[in-house]
Amino acid sequence: MRVMAQMGMVMNLDKCIGCHTCSVTCKQAWTNRAGTEYVWFNNVETRPGQGYPRRYEDQEKWRGGWKLNKKGRLALKSGGRVAKLLGLFASPVQPELKDYYEPWTYDYKTLIDAPLGDDFPVARPKSLITGKDTKITWSANWDDDLGGAPEMGHLDPIVEKVRRESEDKIKFAFEQTFMFYLPRICEHCLNPSCMASCPSGAIYKRVEDGIVLVDQDKCRGWRQCITGCPYKKIYFNHKTGKAEKCTFCYPRVEIGLPTVCSETCVGRLRYLGLFLYDADRVTDAAAVTDEKDLYESQMDVLLDPFDPAVAAAASAQGIPDDWIDAARRSPVYALAKVYKVALPLHPEYRTMPMVWYVPPLSPIVDLLSDQGHDAEDSGTLFGAIDALRIPVEYLAELFTAGDTDRITAVLRKLAAMRAYMRGITLGQEADVDIPASVGMSPESMYEMYRLMAIAKYEERYVIPKAHVEQAHDLEEMGCSVDFEGGPGMYEDSPFGEASGRPTPVAVENFYALKDRQTSDTASGAATLRNRVNLLNWDGNGAPAGLFPETRDVPRAAAASPADLHGPVSDSGTGAGTGDGDSAGTP
Amino acid sequence: MDLLLWGVLPYVMVAILIGGSIWRYRYDQFGWTTRSSQLYESRLLRIGSPIFHFGLLAVIAGHFFGLVIPMAWTLAVGMSQDFYHLNALLVGGVAGVGTLGGILILIYRRRKTGPVFMATTRNDKVMYVVLTAAIVLGLWTTLASVFEGEHGHNYRETVAPWFRSLFILQPDITAMAAAPFSFHIHTLVGMLLFSIWPFTRLVHAFTAPLHYLFRPYIVYRTRDKVPGAVRPIRRGWAPIGTEDRTRDKK
Repeated sequence: MRVMAQMGMVMNLDKCIGCHTCSVTCKQAWTNRAGTEYVWFNNVETRPGQGYPRRYEDQEKWRGGWKLNKKGRLALKSGGRVAKLLGLFASPVQPELKDYYEPWTYDYKTLIDAPLGDDFPVARPKSLITGKDTKITWSANWDDDLGGAPEMGHLDPIVEKVRRESEDKIKFAFEQTFMFYLPRICEHCLNPSCMASCPSGAIYKRVEDGIVLVDQDKCRGWRQCITGCPYKKIYFNHKTGKAEKCTFCYPRVEIGLPTVCSETCVGRLRYLGLFLYDADRVTDAAAVTDEKDLYESQMDVLLDPFDPAVAAAASAQGIPDDWIDAARRSPVYALAKVYKVALPLHPEYRTMPMVWYVPPLSPIVDLLSDQGHDAEDSGTLFGAIDALRIPVEYLAELFTAGDTDRITAVLRKLAAMRAYMRGITLGQEADVDIPASVGMSPESMYEMYRLMAIAKYEERYVIPKAHVEQAHDLEEMGCSVDFEGGPGMYEDSPFGEASGRPTPVAVENFYALKDRQTSDTASGAATLRNRVNLLNWDGNGAPAGLFPETRDVPRAAAASPADLHGPVSDSGTGAGTGDGDSAGTP
Repeated sequence: MDLLLWGVLPYVMVAILIGGSIWRYRYDQFGWTTRSSQLYESRLLRIGSPIFHFGLLAVIAGHFFGLVIPMAWTLAVGMSQDFYHLNALLVGGVAGVGTLGGILILIYRRRKTGPVFMATTRNDKVMYVVLTAAIVLGLWTTLASVFEGEHGHNYRETVAPWFRSLFILQPDITAMAAAPFSFHIHTLVGMLLFSIWPFTRLVHAFTAPLHYLFRPYIVYRTRDKVPGAVRPIRRGWAPIGTEDRTRDKK
């Protein structure tokens, strides 16, 4: 047994309102550069829908992920090592920009610069690729909210498949259709096929937390990973010629902060935490014959952190104690393995994805309410889950390789939780039959309700920091306490303020925070040498040093030097003049 | 003059090639890429690129055969001069024409596909000129020998001995000087090509991922020792603009 830790995410799809805040904040944080205009590390798809890039789930075309070869062993769907090298000169199956969309901007300048005339100036769309006028025909979210579904709905590969196999056709008529949102990031798989496809070996999985990254120095732009990833979550930066992907916001996660997409999620539907898994068993687990068994085998790879043997093995592998503790408190472990309500996306790709989804009950609830039923009643809901087969089959194609029983079981749990908690909230006696009907105790059902419905920040995100032993290194140049002028030595150096090495930000922050928390006034200036650290300014009042001191001199004379730099306020002090004394940010 | 061209220049070229490659490998890992344009256009690339690259591999093999293996060896194993010549002509001609055809398709694609042309740097254009010239001139030496027939020049008595003598640091300048003009110009352009090689996108050839055949599929790597450490910013080979388009900066 080789125990490894893996950062994982669970998304509760019932809560997703499709606002795209995660996509936008992610883009602002990571891919707002030239060459990545079309790159969305995080995107939100409306299902049914084609997804991004279009029809990426059609693996007969895109050949992503793994398959079993004739011997029953795992093999890349896009071909073995030799085939890949022979296909290096022109990747045989690679999405082109038109499978994503051609990014564009608008010629806003015309609005301002257009000469006086009879026509109202228009900001024309300009392609960010060619720089020429362009006609916008598609975007990252063209079919958002079922836009164009009557005409294009059948292009969804899953709709196609379900229609092929089912008597009841998926309907896109207004009264009969259903819809939900699917936010997607890189799955940070245990058995990533992008990594296996990379000829250079530039894609790697971090031993400590399992985050999958592309080494930008080692990537040579052979672009096999883009074909290899069945989720199409590796993108080609067409300016740098390198592959880029979701980083799980590792700089944030390393210091215990949630990823940008999680932090900014309006619906608070994302959970972050650790899994412990047995790395030795991953390959075998990914190679089970029946696709419907992949969910079970993936669950088997996940280890129980409460098991003393697992904890001992983890310690022996060098996993720190606080990480093992975090694995015990992990919300993703609880949702995936304890309550068994979170499911992996497309387990049939055999990549062992580590971003999990709680399937949405909402299509069924919505349909029931529209038909005038009491959608919160357990009896109605249970019956409906079975009766309204199409959403279940659709969800099964997404999350369980077509196993509808598994989806039904999860949906029944969610329905039971709703009905059980509604009873309690309405002041009725708790109906213990409801949890029992889905094989749960009332206590564990309440715990699940707490985690899923209350979803406190600290319960949603249990992110252990990077090794405490190394935490010192996070500070500038080693331990800041040892620094000249560090805590306990914070005074002017013998050769004047500016002598010696600059005081680290951490030291200034330490003192400023301490000062702010212990003083009565807004902010004392005694320890700040008349400098203001704007990072610590809480907006209350104007601490001394924020503005240059007012001198008792005639106003004109006082203002004249500031005139050179910026506006002069009424009191005669120049704001933000950039003087050495007043500019407080270190 | 001959001394300069065939005694000094080759070593200058080798120094630039090796030194430049080492320098770039050390300081410009980030710029070391194929800079593939398949994202913009796939159809023509899938025709032209394999033809060009496989043709080129055959051409390289042919050069190795012609330059490195002495004529005495092939004669010793019973390969007559005529037979050798016919083979070199057929295989070399096919490979050369393929390479040239491939690169012509690629150049056409580069010029005619808007986004691909937009992504073409001046560096690329210079490289294309030199590369194409080397291929055309090489093909010329091959084809010329067809029309000259029996009286064609046997480069295995001039160019090849000179090439081998370079490695023992005693360049056989007179042998090379005796070769006809077409070989001279092809060799010179070839040396120019290798001199600019480290400074163009051609470097991707030096990191051909043959180790892919042997490495494990799943790569684990420990995190950097200093988490979240900011690496000093290195200058990329071609500056990567952070603005949407650099066209506004003209």
